[in-house]
Amino acid sequence: MSDDTSPGCATTAAAGSGGSSGKVRAPVSSSGDGGSFTAHPDQVLENVIENVLVFLTSRRDRSTVSLVCRSWYRAEAYTRSDLFIGNCYAIAPNRVTDRFKRIRSVSLKGKPRFADFSLLPADWGAYFTRWVHAMSLAYRALEKIYLKRMSVTDDDLSVIARSFPCFKELVLVCCEGFGTSGLAVVVSECRNLRVLELIEDEVSDDETDWISCFPEGTTNLESLCFDCVEAEVNFDALEKLVARSPMLKKLKLNMFVSIGELYRLVVRAPQLTHLGTGAFNPLVEIGQQQGDNQELDYTSLFAACKSIVCLSGFREIAPEYFPTIVPLCGNLTSLNLSYANVNAEQFKPVIRHCHKLQVFWMDSICDEGLQAVADTCKDLRELRVFPVDPHEYDEGPVSEVGLLAISLGCRKLQSILYFCQQMTNAAVIAMSKNCPDLVVFRLCIIGRYRPDRVTGEPMDEGFGAIVKNCKKLTRLAVSGLLTDKAFSYIGQYGKLVRTLSVAFAGDSDAGLKSVLEGCTNLQKLEIRDSPFGDSGLQPGLHQFYNMRFVWMSSCRVTRQWCLEVARRLPKLVVEVFSRDEEEGERGDFVETLYMYRSLDGPRPDAPQFVEIL
Amino acid sequence: MDQKKSTLDLFHDLDLATELRLGLPGSNDQPEIIKTSLSGNKRSSSEMGSSTCTDEQESRFSPPTKEQVVGWPPVRSYRKNILQVKKTDSDTGSGMYVKVSMDGAPYLRKLDLKMYKSYEELMKGLQVMFKCIIGLYSEREGYNGSQHVPTYEDKDGDWMLVGDVPWDMFISSCKRLRIMKSCEARGLGDCV
Repeated sequence: MSDDTSPGCATTAAAGSGGSSGKVRAPVSSSGDGGSFTAHPDQVLENVIENVLVFLTSRRDRSTVSLVCRSWYRAEAYTRSDLFIGNCYAIAPNRVTDRFKRIRSVSLKGKPRFADFSLLPADWGAYFTRWVHAMSLAYRALEKIYLKRMSVTDDDLSVIARSFPCFKELVLVCCEGFGTSGLAVVVSECRNLRVLELIEDEVSDDETDWISCFPEGTTNLESLCFDCVEAEVNFDALEKLVARSPMLKKLKLNMFVSIGELYRLVVRAPQLTHLGTGAFNPLVEIGQQQGDNQELDYTSLFAACKSIVCLSGFREIAPEYFPTIVPLCGNLTSLNLSYANVNAEQFKPVIRHCHKLQVFWMDSICDEGLQAVADTCKDLRELRVFPVDPHEYDEGPVSEVGLLAISLGCRKLQSILYFCQQMTNAAVIAMSKNCPDLVVFRLCIIGRYRPDRVTGEPMDEGFGAIVKNCKKLTRLAVSGLLTDKAFSYIGQYGKLVRTLSVAFAGDSDAGLKSVLEGCTNLQKLEIRDSPFGDSGLQPGLHQFYNMRFVWMSSCRVTRQWCLEVARRLPKLVVEVFSRDEEEGERGDFVETLYMYRSLDGPRPDAPQFVEIL
Repeated sequence: MDQKKSTLDLFHDLDLATELRLGLPGSNDQPEIIKTSLSGNKRSSSEMGSSTCTDEQESRFSPPTKEQVVGWPPVRSYRKNILQVKKTDSDTGSGMYVKVSMDGAPYLRKLDLKMYKSYEELMKGLQVMFKCIIGLYSEREGYNGSQHVPTYEDKDGDWMLVGDVPWDMFISSCKRLRIMKSCEARGLGDCV
């Protein structure tokens, strides 16, 4: 491959310990740079440990190792190559770059999840800028960046493009702040780029033809995902790019790519394993007469694609083309039909071929469709049923009937996200018993405070059964009419729960108390519009330092309590803010409380509306 | 839920998500108003554990359907925008769907006019949907310079140029849309 010889890309552990640590030492490989090598026994031991630690990849293990003693701390710091920071404000960039010298891959997460639902004001923070600048100086050999819910600018992308000669992978999930011109810089300057994945980002259309900016000649591209980019792409350039990317396995097109264009791409890339199909619709082209369109044989659209296992897209689907995916169905392990407008009659003949399906996302589905899934997809691990209409109604297309069907048919289910208008305890209890492998259970009954549709009871028993019977459960989201009893169940049985999401639920502080006292592994707690306040949070004081964050909005937490907690737990950053400018309307209660541990105190970039206590 | 009406009036002025008070018994913050209005009637038939059948029921209320609370349901706004367009045929809810055809296109589309607040937004939506360029309307020149010209059929059955009348008037009288080729649209813009 032409670009493998760029300088600074040596993959062995050459080039000294980076920066002046003031300590004379030799690096792991013997191509040291000047420091004298002492044969002191401790040094030898340290070298041995370093050689061993290189093989240690699990984050938790590494963390444990670093606590053994100073020498092991140093050895671990020296050999860690993957950096994961779950909250970008938990630590300052320079502290990271001081401790870890040889990072190849960085994962950073920024905003709290409720930002996705407009509960976090714009300009709250999570800026990538100060991180990318610190890394551009410290980690010249950086290869991978993964960001989630961060604010990334075009300038930041330029810094990436220009600072890391070995850069290979960029994955941006739920990020915003950049545009197609930033992408253009990345693709043109990162000559070793293998992976560019843009997932659910907000990308502004600067009308830059970024696809044309990939360098000439064969590329190393393995994955190119731009389905969220709402800007036209230059199809000719895209076609040529795909033609000269023999390693391309994942290609996710955006809604501007028509089915005719998809056909042309797929024909050039029969080795694809993951495909996002774009519009899946003929889409009228500018200036084209009706007769110009060759009547391509779409029935054989996918005939040559023996390797596709993951299918998504269908952004503007013309349903008559849906059956063309049938030849692929037998091999599919992942199918994402959310955004696809198909009805049950169109859906059932297709899904009945998907015997190997493990991951299935859908929105326009009804109970009948779910029954079809349950009948065929015996291997299903992950199901996401999104709402087709986000309003609160008395009835919806999916209900307890669909949930029950899935629980009976898909016994290996591990993760479920299910939006519905109505639910019953019986169906949830059934799922808790039929699907004991559940790790993630997120049920969203869109009608707030809805009780069991049949008995009129609260949904306490259903969720209670989930935490009791699903012994591997780590993530839970609750909804519907819930009393404190539900939370006492969660506290009692949810010992492995790490993430808990609560909205419009509970009666009193007793509920929150049960959770904070009982869920010893709780890491992330997000609550909105529930009657929990100061005394509910109080038991958490011993826990907050072990957690990634706590989010409480529209609850009953007083400012007084927040001040008190900030005083008692100095390493906790306590942020208080309102969603919009309504001062004093909530009296003593804060609108939003967001608190998280941090080694470096309050962040320097907090906007005016955020108060850090 | 016959008391729905009074609650609806109540909710006109309140910012739902921030004014919700799930008051504990004995608390004396604002929501006396809420206490006297529609309470959680959904629980009237329940025999929940007696410990929780108290005033708390009164202070909780079930919000009327179709009121939108910020960030609820918890669906990413990106997905929500797309959902708005994808309502099923049987849904006769708040959408205002009109058929849209484009000369040369083999299929009709449907558009919810309520999704848009201005001509600009509508044009954008049409351009995305049909992958064409419509350009901007000017009073003097109509759509001169564009290959495609958006027209609509109004209540009286007449075909008009989109952009002629104020937006609100347009939405209330537009029955269907047709994107014509500009050579065919001459003559429409002349009726001023």
